[in-house]
Amino acid sequence: MTGFEGMDLAVAMLNITLLAILFITAIAIARLRSLFAIVMLSGLYSLVSATWFVALDAVDVAFTEASVGAGFSTALYLGAMVLTSRSAKIEQGASKIIPLLVVIATGAVLIYATIDLPSFGDAMSAANTGVGIDYVSRTPSEIAVPNIVTAVLASYRGFDTLGETGVVFTAGLAVVLLLGFGERSLSSSLRRGRRSSADQSRQGGDDE
Amino acid sequence: MLEFILERGNYWAIIGLMMIGLYIAFAATNLIKRLVGLGLFQTSIILFYISLSRIDGGTAPILYGADLESGHGDSEGVEAVAEAGHGVADAAHSGAGELVNIYSNPLPHVLMLTAIVVGVATLAVGLAIVVRIREAYGTVESDEVQEMDLSVALAEAVDEVGETQAASGAGAI
Amino acid sequence: MNSDHHVILRVVSKALIPVIALFGFYVQFHGDFGPGGGFQAGVIMAVAIILYSLIFGIAAAMRAITPGFVRGLAALGFLLFAGVGVWALIQGGDYLDYDALLGEEPGGHHGQHLGIMLVELGVLFAVSGSLVSIFYAFAGRVSEIRDEDW
Repeated sequence: MTGFEGMDLAVAMLNITLLAILFITAIAIARLRSLFAIVMLSGLYSLVSATWFVALDAVDVAFTEASVGAGFSTALYLGAMVLTSRSAKIEQGASKIIPLLVVIATGAVLIYATIDLPSFGDAMSAANTGVGIDYVSRTPSEIAVPNIVTAVLASYRGFDTLGETGVVFTAGLAVVLLLGFGERSLSSSLRRGRRSSADQSRQGGDDE
Repeated sequence: MLEFILERGNYWAIIGLMMIGLYIAFAATNLIKRLVGLGLFQTSIILFYISLSRIDGGTAPILYGADLESGHGDSEGVEAVAEAGHGVADAAHSGAGELVNIYSNPLPHVLMLTAIVVGVATLAVGLAIVVRIREAYGTVESDEVQEMDLSVALAEAVDEVGETQAASGAGAI
Repeated sequence: MNSDHHVILRVVSKALIPVIALFGFYVQFHGDFGPGGGFQAGVIMAVAIILYSLIFGIAAAMRAITPGFVRGLAALGFLLFAGVGVWALIQGGDYLDYDALLGEEPGGHHGQHLGIMLVELGVLFAVSGSLVSIFYAFAGRVSEIRDEDW
């Protein structure tokens, strides 16, 4: 590595800033008990990590993470939160110590394993010399699509993507089976809601 | 030594984030907070894969400039060669490795892109199950759910013992 | 519900939702040349519908985009993706081998481009349909906790 100068220094500063924000957000999520704040901070975490994906040259992943993590999954969490509860119990005693020990042990083992990993940005690492770079060099002549990620996603690994689409479809089906088809559950719950509100107004009338 | 640390500092930071996510998923009793922790864990794993795919001096894997032009030139060359009766694979290989610019490895990007979408779909299934648990038990704290299960099981066991004792008592008489 | 309370939100989102949907189509069809593709476009389309239902109410959204249509869209998208593979099989190629789709000479790229476009369209339908039906399933339930408890 040829020292952090100019562009390298800017990238390094960006990395450190984004990582610091990610750490602060993650620790805040671990310590908070208001579920609304937790959900909003997890959206923030997704957005900041999307920024970091751009800095790491993964624009497609950044796009997906920003739209899915910060957009859809936050709406999903809020929808589930409205139906369940809005504050979490704070863990204490043994339920705090034992996970901490397990997590520290796991982290130590993983950090020990990184000693064998190729250095950051190494073009000669095993991951970057195999089939991935082969796709890069063959896409101009075989697919003729500028975005290599699209070429690999839809053409070279089309079978893989078919499976992923099947998983998304199956997950949608599973949620519908668990929670009921939208219109039917809406009409029945609206009916129930109207009945209970009618009860309430009747009770209110009795009180007066 | 400093170089060694700088080259791997990214991985250590990502492992730190991963462990915070694992801790939340492990320690939290609230099921929704647990799912948020799993989401943090998943995002950190995606960060790890993407940082492995980065190449120094490379750009986003979208062809630009001279590569785009040469791509079209190569395709004409491939057609000419194919018409001449040569194998297409050979022609493709002659076109390979002539890129002017350096690009990051696109394969981890593709895998992680689909993993994000599949992750949110499975998250939806998890949240749906949490909603059903709330409707069945009236709580989403996992320790309270366990206590309720245990007390119901104990009550049923006591009932069964009582029934068998009553039956044996009736037989003795 | 006090409609005066949300008048700015309603006006702004009425202007924004068509732009969001248009941007979704841009991401879908520009995915060959820049960042984007079926997955991202599907999520963006789903988010446009979700924004509409958050502001104008879930019942109004279900009248505009019915849950049955959304479920059918998800199934249609998956079938379109799988159908491109079957088309390639019928043309004598391997499953999902786009070079065989149009029976071109080797080196032609029209089959590849057509196959990628159809497959991305299938992904768009499947993802947006699945995500909107997931949202409808959650939003269709009325909570047991009353708003005053917040």
